[in-house]
Amino acid sequence: MIAAVVFLVVAVGVILSLVRFRSRGVTTAEPRQVFGSQKLEILWTVVPLMIASGLFVVTVRAMVSIDAPQDSDRPPDLVITGHQWWWEARYPNGVVVPWDIHIPASRRLRARIESADVIHDFWVPDLARKMDAVPGRWSYIWLEADTPGTYAGTCSEFCGAQHAWMRFRVIAQPEQDFEAWLNNEAKATGNDVPDPAELLFRNKCERCHTVVATEPSSGKGPSLAHLASREFLGSGISRNTPENLTLWLTDPQAAKPGNRMPKVPLTGAERTMILGYLEGLR
Amino acid sequence: MTWLLALDHKRIGILYMLSALLFFLAGGMEAMVMRAQLAAPNLKLISPQIYNQMFTMHGTTMIFLVAMPVLTGFGVYLVPLMIGANQTALPRLGALSFWLQLLGGVLLYFSFATGSAPNAGWFSYAPLSEKPFSPGPGVDFWAFALLLIAAASIGAAINLIVTIATERAPGMTMRLVPLFVWMTFVASVMIVFALPALAAALVMLLSDRLLAAHFFDPAQGGAPLLWQHYFWIFGHPEVYIVVLPAFGMISEIIPVFSRKPIFGYPFVATSTVAIAFLSYGVWAHHMFAVALGRNFLAIFAAASMLIAVPTGMKIFSWIATMWGGSIRFTTAMLFAVAFLLEFTIGGLSGVAFATVPVDWQLTDTYFVVAHIHYVLFGGTVFALLAGVHYWFPKFSGRMLDEKLGHWSFWLVVLGFNTAVFVLHFLGLIGMPRRVYTYPDLPWYGALNLISTIGAAILVFGILLVCANVAMSLFFGAEAGDDPWNAWTLEWAAASPPLAQNFAEVPEVRSRRPLWDRKHPEAPDWMHV
Repeated sequence: MIAAVVFLVVAVGVILSLVRFRSRGVTTAEPRQVFGSQKLEILWTVVPLMIASGLFVVTVRAMVSIDAPQDSDRPPDLVITGHQWWWEARYPNGVVVPWDIHIPASRRLRARIESADVIHDFWVPDLARKMDAVPGRWSYIWLEADTPGTYAGTCSEFCGAQHAWMRFRVIAQPEQDFEAWLNNEAKATGNDVPDPAELLFRNKCERCHTVVATEPSSGKGPSLAHLASREFLGSGISRNTPENLTLWLTDPQAAKPGNRMPKVPLTGAERTMILGYLEGLR
Repeated sequence: MTWLLALDHKRIGILYMLSALLFFLAGGMEAMVMRAQLAAPNLKLISPQIYNQMFTMHGTTMIFLVAMPVLTGFGVYLVPLMIGANQTALPRLGALSFWLQLLGGVLLYFSFATGSAPNAGWFSYAPLSEKPFSPGPGVDFWAFALLLIAAASIGAAINLIVTIATERAPGMTMRLVPLFVWMTFVASVMIVFALPALAAALVMLLSDRLLAAHFFDPAQGGAPLLWQHYFWIFGHPEVYIVVLPAFGMISEIIPVFSRKPIFGYPFVATSTVAIAFLSYGVWAHHMFAVALGRNFLAIFAAASMLIAVPTGMKIFSWIATMWGGSIRFTTAMLFAVAFLLEFTIGGLSGVAFATVPVDWQLTDTYFVVAHIHYVLFGGTVFALLAGVHYWFPKFSGRMLDEKLGHWSFWLVVLGFNTAVFVLHFLGLIGMPRRVYTYPDLPWYGALNLISTIGAAILVFGILLVCANVAMSLFFGAEAGDDPWNAWTLEWAAASPPLAQNFAEVPEVRSRRPLWDRKHPEAPDWMHV
């Protein structure tokens, strides 16, 4: 608003001088030589100064109301960690979930933002201020959704090859739905007696990907617990379909160029087995 | 060969300008590659790795290989002429600085030949720029090249400072120098104080990468944020380093084509010094998204808002200079007037970012991309284009074609605003910057396509300017010494100036020595 008014003042000044004082015809006479006016100069120093002061007051007020205290004793309701290139949320009950972050609606959550590698920035435009995730530092924000719904978020600090696909969603649910979801996430997904497919997964994939929902992630790759219930793969780059999942198993660099997953040598039969296993993780 | 060994300030100046033009075309091509990749959602014209190299090289090129050297070139060429001197004070240092600068540029571009051009951004934030996350040699090339360029910039700045301090014509006190000289002086002092911070940070980064130090590695007790503090203590004054000399050009061109002296010279000059001081106290506004503590942020917000005041004073002074004048619409004047409007847009979006909560939403989005391009293209480049059209007759002895000039002006204005204004909206609807592609969200595709079309128009405008310069060099009308009926000393020398600029040292009694000569009945020194 203020910016629009100031621009209008400048634009009108420029255009008026251009129209009123354009030189007409070939004239050698020079206009009256004016060197300045202290009154005017002081005026256009003081008025902007006053505008800036007013803006400063408004700014500080808004900062106080938006920003979460960094040094409160209250433990975080949610710990959010940035990795190259996915986000991960850890809940107080120990559940670790990659990509989409579920929260209860209409509750003001104190979220701690961390990074596991380089600097990222956690940004959900509709819900909170953006906050840099700096390795070796804990930063806190208020995260709150007034109404249940799905809110888009993205990394907002350049963090390497796949900065573009470090997207996520915050899914705000009514309190009971959220509790139900969290309890389901905490459930184990494997069988009591490992079948050959699970053993194969453990052999080939488990060094980077856990399937135990309450196990802290290795930091190398996102937890694959409940993978079959996720809507997207690779922080939003593709939908979770059998075809796309197969592409991740055959050629991860084609699925998401530059990502940190190496190509794991698998025979066709092994691929089918692991795919079946992952499709069963609900 | 004579050019290789040249010490003459005019030749060094031309060399600076030509090398800057070359790199400007390279940086422009990098921008076009990015605009092509972003023309539609989910395009796969280039890989993310190549895209990241493109924006790293585009930013580094435009700041270090275009904006700084071209302004140094104008300064080295024009300052001695404007102060009635025949040479710069330290011609050998001047020549050394140019060749170091060029070597830095060549080194930076040589990285393409290794297959790993720098890709961590022109700001190369640690720890992304550290060995574990950027293993290729690209960042090393980047850091070594910038070290050379930092040394070269400091050398060139010292040459200009000493020249302005010691070589002025008799009677020309520091209160009487043309504003371009004044602002080049202030910018040069700023270079001497700002670039060492960058050089120190680069040495630390290279130590981390090549000698296994750990200045920026948190796992070993280092601090990633230390890099950001160092980089922006250099980086924000840098913005004014590449804007102040452009302000100086505008302050020469608007008076001549309005036929009036600059309105409020002491205010314009003093506000420049105010900007220089304040610019060292605003760096953390590049880090508002880091949790640095509320009081700390508030101080930097206040300083960042304050710096808008001396900048605004200048805009009003330029308008007041036109007011009551007799305005001649040459191509140079058109670019200068467009500068006023474009730069004001960039300045106002800058104040928006000083408002911390706005920054907490919009930083690192396309809104910032729009802001910096309104400042650096709408500001610096528009002023430079005005300067090229104004001083080309002095450089070459020939006039640029005004008809082509008007065409290129409208193409550049149309192309630039189409390409960049829509980026404000993209930022407001949440598109982060430095992404090689984006999902098909509402409006994203359409706005990006408009921007790409605008960029293509802009390329035509710029190429038309180049064609005009090339053709006019051979076929332009003879300019004569003083084609614009101007007032500063460079127009008393021949066009192009002889090896010795002035046969006799002109006497100076006011800010407009040539006005005094042309109007003995009402010289300036009578009433200033």
